[in-house]
Amino acid sequence: MSEFLEIFKQYHWDDVKASIYNKNHIDVEEALHNPKRGLEDFKALVSPAASAYLEPMAQLSHQLTQKRFGKTLQMYIPLYLSNECNNICTYCGFSLDNKIKRKTLSPLEIMQEVSVIKNMGYDHVLLVTGEANQTVHVDYFKKVLDLIRPHFSHISMEVQPLDQEDYEALIPLGLNTVLVYQETYHQEDYKKHHPKGKKSNFEYRLATPDRLGRAGIHKMGLGVLIGLEDWRTDCFFTALHLQYLEKTYWQTKYSLSFPRLRPFSGGLEPKVAMNDRELAQLICAYRIFDEEVELSLSTRESASFRNHIIKMGITSISAGSKTNPGGYTVEPESLEQFEISDDRSPQEIAQMIKNSGYEVVWKDWDQVL
Amino acid sequence: MLKIADKTFKSCLFTGTGKFGSAKLMEEALLVSESELVTVALKRVDLQHKEDDILQHLNHPHLNLLPNTSGVRNAKEAVYAAQLAREALETNWVKLEIHPDPKYLMPDPIETLLATEELAKLGFIVLPYIHADPVLCKRLEDAGTAAVMPLGSPIGSNKGLKTIDFLEIIISQSKVPVVIDAGIGAPSDAAKAMEIGADAVLVNTAIAVAGNPVEMAKAFKMAVEAGRKAYEAKLAKTVNHAVASSPLTSFLDV
Repeated sequence: MSEFLEIFKQYHWDDVKASIYNKNHIDVEEALHNPKRGLEDFKALVSPAASAYLEPMAQLSHQLTQKRFGKTLQMYIPLYLSNECNNICTYCGFSLDNKIKRKTLSPLEIMQEVSVIKNMGYDHVLLVTGEANQTVHVDYFKKVLDLIRPHFSHISMEVQPLDQEDYEALIPLGLNTVLVYQETYHQEDYKKHHPKGKKSNFEYRLATPDRLGRAGIHKMGLGVLIGLEDWRTDCFFTALHLQYLEKTYWQTKYSLSFPRLRPFSGGLEPKVAMNDRELAQLICAYRIFDEEVELSLSTRESASFRNHIIKMGITSISAGSKTNPGGYTVEPESLEQFEISDDRSPQEIAQMIKNSGYEVVWKDWDQVL
Repeated sequence: MLKIADKTFKSCLFTGTGKFGSAKLMEEALLVSESELVTVALKRVDLQHKEDDILQHLNHPHLNLLPNTSGVRNAKEAVYAAQLAREALETNWVKLEIHPDPKYLMPDPIETLLATEELAKLGFIVLPYIHADPVLCKRLEDAGTAAVMPLGSPIGSNKGLKTIDFLEIIISQSKVPVVIDAGIGAPSDAAKAMEIGADAVLVNTAIAVAGNPVEMAKAFKMAVEAGRKAYEAKLAKTVNHAVASSPLTSFLDV
């Protein structure tokens, strides 16, 4: 069976990185004017040479996004179900070696949290957990989906990678979207950041989108954790992965995220920092490379950055998020996975979006579909 | 006057409701367009709650709702969605959209034909969104479709009538109204579609994403009227050279 791993093995990190850093202004201008853009164009658009072209990139990204998605922004909110985790990840607040109180929400607690986020106006929810296969397993997810399906039009999950048959069991219960971030495509560095637990298996994680595609998932989300490695190279591999998936699993929709490493207590400092200007460049580059992909932005980013970036390619945005299980009402004081940066309420964000001339979309799916 | 099933339309401009910067702006643009048939994505409306924001702004007696099945991937899902729409929106009209490919949103001809057969049997007025495929159009007629909605170019692309040669074949042999559905990017595209004999056009992105959607809606209204008038008045033939004499046959006149 052909999988992304075979394509991935044809590329070498250092060669890709050198090729990106060798792109010049002519490559960037060609990429901007090329009506059919490919991976070489994407390299040019994320290269340091493209930094001088940020305004034209933003203009183009704005136009392409409006043409496809209109003047709309989709709202979603994460619902953390559990912080139990058997993995050690150097950058994560839920890491096994981080001495925090562990918590997995019971059905009653989940419904208390659901009631709060429904009152905020949400209809699209993202379920998040760590990886604790003894307690937070497929049967747990089945129960959660049964429980919350009547309350949401669209349900996404960001949990441990599962087997194809597990996804096949969850999709009919209302699972629409699965987000699975590779964290980094730098295989050696990946091992350093994931020394222990099931997550240390790079290739199993890399093949997760293939398993999801074969299971017939409606939508999947990709991305890397920016700050672990050279972001330009890591995002090239994300684009490569996206291109492969779009051609192979052509009935599935795709979204991309670009989380920057955020501080948590005792956490890792980014190895490679990315400033706001560079994040804007990346968002525009993704859009110009792929006109149809959804681009999602979390509350990790600051209020002022989010106010401006929504016009430059973003299609969905969260607000009022809590990154701890029970964070909305059950146990608001428990430890967060990471600190959020934009703490405005969903209503404040919705008003900001409206003031920018955009329609706030709370519902864009239906459980009958 | 345009007639689809048992309904007549003064306006040959059908419109969409997506992509507008606000529901209020959508309402204003639709009113100015004088469109009488507006399509609404089922997935965007809250069928459980009558106070849905989009539906409230479409509450005008002359605006007929055309629920669409955008998001479904096969005939079975489409039939189910159409039944829900019929119940919730109290209309048996449905715009059948089955695009299993979420990137280019290309319609699936096989599932569309199957769904049309099924829905027509169930008493629906079916308007299927399809590729500009003349044979498929005839098959859909046999299946009981109320109209056909072939695309001009990929949906949302604003590229105009890339499929014009096939649209002309469809128009020439169709027994049901032909509504050019996707890719109409400018009023001139809409006028062209009407000039070649389309019965109506459906426009969404080009109005919703315009700098001034209300003014653009007016421009489309005028273009559709002009194109229709031109078609009815019969366009003069175009020629590439002056026609002065008949060098081959003039000897016959002597």
